[in-house]
Amino acid sequence: MGKSKSAYSEPGKLGKSENHIIVVWVDNEAGVLARVVGLFSGRGYNIESLAVAEVDKKKHISRITIVTSGTPQVIEQIKLQLTKLIPVHKVADFKRNDPNILFKELALFKVVSSKKNREKARKVCKKYNSIILDKSKNSFVIQVTALRRDIDKLIETLNPLGLVSASRTGAVAMTRGSEIFK
Amino acid sequence: MGKLFSGAEIVFKVLEHHKVEHIFGYPGGAVLPIYDELKNHKTIKHILARHEQGAGHAAEGYARSSGKPGVMLVTSGPGATNAVTALTDAYMDSVPIVCISGQVPTHLIGTDAFQECDTTGITRPCTKHNWLVKDVKDLAAVMDRAFEVATTGRPGPVLVDIPKDIQFKKTEFVLKNKKKKQVNGKLNGKVSNTEIDKVVNMMKKSSRPIFYTGGGVINSGPEASKLLRELVALTGFPITSTLQGLGAYPGDDPLFLGMLGMHGTYEANNAMYSCDLMINIGARFDDRITGKVDEFSPKSKKIHVDIDPSSIGKNIKVDLPVVSDVESFLKALNKRFKEKNKDFLNSNKSNISTWWKDIDKWRQKKSLSFKNSKEVIKPQYAVQRLYELSKDKDVYITTEVGQHQMWAAQHYKFNKPNRWMTSGGLGTMGYGLPAAVGVQVANPGKLVIDIAGEASVLMTMQEMSTAVQYKLPIKIFILNNQYMGMVRQWQELLHEKNYSESYTAALPNFVKLAEAYGCIGIQAKKPDELDEKINEMINVNKPVIFDCLVDPMENCFPMIPSGKPHNQMLLGPEDEKEEVSDEGKTLV
Repeated sequence: MGKSKSAYSEPGKLGKSENHIIVVWVDNEAGVLARVVGLFSGRGYNIESLAVAEVDKKKHISRITIVTSGTPQVIEQIKLQLTKLIPVHKVADFKRNDPNILFKELALFKVVSSKKNREKARKVCKKYNSIILDKSKNSFVIQVTALRRDIDKLIETLNPLGLVSASRTGAVAMTRGSEIFK
Repeated sequence: MGKLFSGAEIVFKVLEHHKVEHIFGYPGGAVLPIYDELKNHKTIKHILARHEQGAGHAAEGYARSSGKPGVMLVTSGPGATNAVTALTDAYMDSVPIVCISGQVPTHLIGTDAFQECDTTGITRPCTKHNWLVKDVKDLAAVMDRAFEVATTGRPGPVLVDIPKDIQFKKTEFVLKNKKKKQVNGKLNGKVSNTEIDKVVNMMKKSSRPIFYTGGGVINSGPEASKLLRELVALTGFPITSTLQGLGAYPGDDPLFLGMLGMHGTYEANNAMYSCDLMINIGARFDDRITGKVDEFSPKSKKIHVDIDPSSIGKNIKVDLPVVSDVESFLKALNKRFKEKNKDFLNSNKSNISTWWKDIDKWRQKKSLSFKNSKEVIKPQYAVQRLYELSKDKDVYITTEVGQHQMWAAQHYKFNKPNRWMTSGGLGTMGYGLPAAVGVQVANPGKLVIDIAGEASVLMTMQEMSTAVQYKLPIKIFILNNQYMGMVRQWQELLHEKNYSESYTAALPNFVKLAEAYGCIGIQAKKPDELDEKINEMINVNKPVIFDCLVDPMENCFPMIPSGKPHNQMLLGPEDEKEEVSDEGKTLV
């Protein structure tokens, strides 16, 4: 045992950290995002990415998708603590590698470089549903949709090819098949 | 179109709807329209505190001793920020509080106006929920919902921030009788028979069981305490309680092992360590209870009954989680138990007799004993005498935070719920005096005593003025050791007796201070004058500050040193010397 000089106990053994995607349905009211995000920062949970927008105009329901990591105990706490928030309707939790879940992230890249490098850049983006949104003499803006880790890789590949600006939405998720999360 | 009411009128209409009789507050610019309206509502009495923190703790004391929500009213800016400590305290200890705060007019929000602050932003992490009302049409519904959120599920504080222009604006008053939505985990509290049968089976299989009960029993209402007593009588199992749960089970009953945790009894902590079945009813495995988590009660199956699903499995993994209100759980359990297990108490007696023998062995250590003195008042002795001389009355005890709080918990025995108000989760020094004000408001004619430390009580001493104004005969019983005692104790044990800033030089003369406030001051210096002076305090029908000069170097034992499991307690000064010198600081 270490030399504790504190009125508090020492940390116990830590479990293995897992990547999870948490989806939260909330009333779209003032401060609701601050409540969710504040809960994460206040209790020391991670946020890797966050995507949020209203998905039901009539009922004013927003869907928040949070990519996070933590031990199974922490993930369980995140779910239960979120459920306690008053404007939260339901909370879904998916493992990152769950084959029944679709994860996608959209990214915009601006590439400024020689014609040759721009051509290369276009090619590497091709298999990620890429669309050129804007072109100039020495640049283009391209949109891709892909998994987070693919976008991570793309950014690395594009950097030497003249990537000057990248913007990403954060992951969104949906279950496969006809089922919906209740 | 019906009659129109101003926002301020609507506030009071909702308060009346919820049968609020007292509000604790402090006026200011942004809340004046509500204060103006006060005169038209004779059933609601306002108690003017001397600081918003005091108003908040008073509302807490009121709520905890009455079972009703406490209501506080503060102004914008500093009024709201001063309320934050009390709100956080209520949040940690699950006390239902509705805080109404004034805000600058809506058109000035965000302009750094005079006495503006982001009240809902600041109080978001220390309330169950809060609202900024930007449209007077929403006000009635929000106020109504505020009471619902504060009092249902796991209780807690809420805040409604009302800009000054909204207080003036007029609208119709409608309170919809909408269907009650379940809040806080949004689960309904029905326990299934299958769950109950699992509990019963585990209880039948156990030969070393223990009930570990907490504030949830108190919060569930007086009926829950009755049912708990019935359950313990049905089973003959030993029972221990957290700090917040004291009073749910009689403190002088032979089945009660005393409080557990860092300063709990030797028998309670050893029983927690060695049990094979732990039945946690309304407690939350707080770190002052568990000590070192990895070595917490290693051999036991654990049942955890809690109304808040997020409390279950947060610190300690359990074998059987039950999400339920304590009262409905106990009702179902007792019923099932009686139906199916007639005469369990006698038939199971031999099964748990070895267990009780172990417990009696631990009991014989007499872990709460102390060396008394004829020359100087020992703080434990003072609490014991206070208990003996007041126990025949229906007494309400509040405390500040520190050594005196632990001595009060150890040596004052409670027999009823809602009689013990102490800041456990947040550990707020300065809680007890204003809490006593609130308790006395809720319980006129009853004996209300704040067992205090001289350092804590100075933090909110100004509330004596409130007590005098409203003729609230609260007794402030100060165990005066001139130190922040618990800080000094930790410094002695962990920081080589470097008593850095824990001694208070230039303490006020508490007797003269009492007189300055217009109340009675009493001082006791010697053990032999203690009884007479305590009786004098009890018998006077005025607020009293009792300055009880105690041994300044006394430490609070028993104690579980940090990082240690329950079975390695320090019992007293002898223990402490031996372990510190022999094996170095690793032990403490």
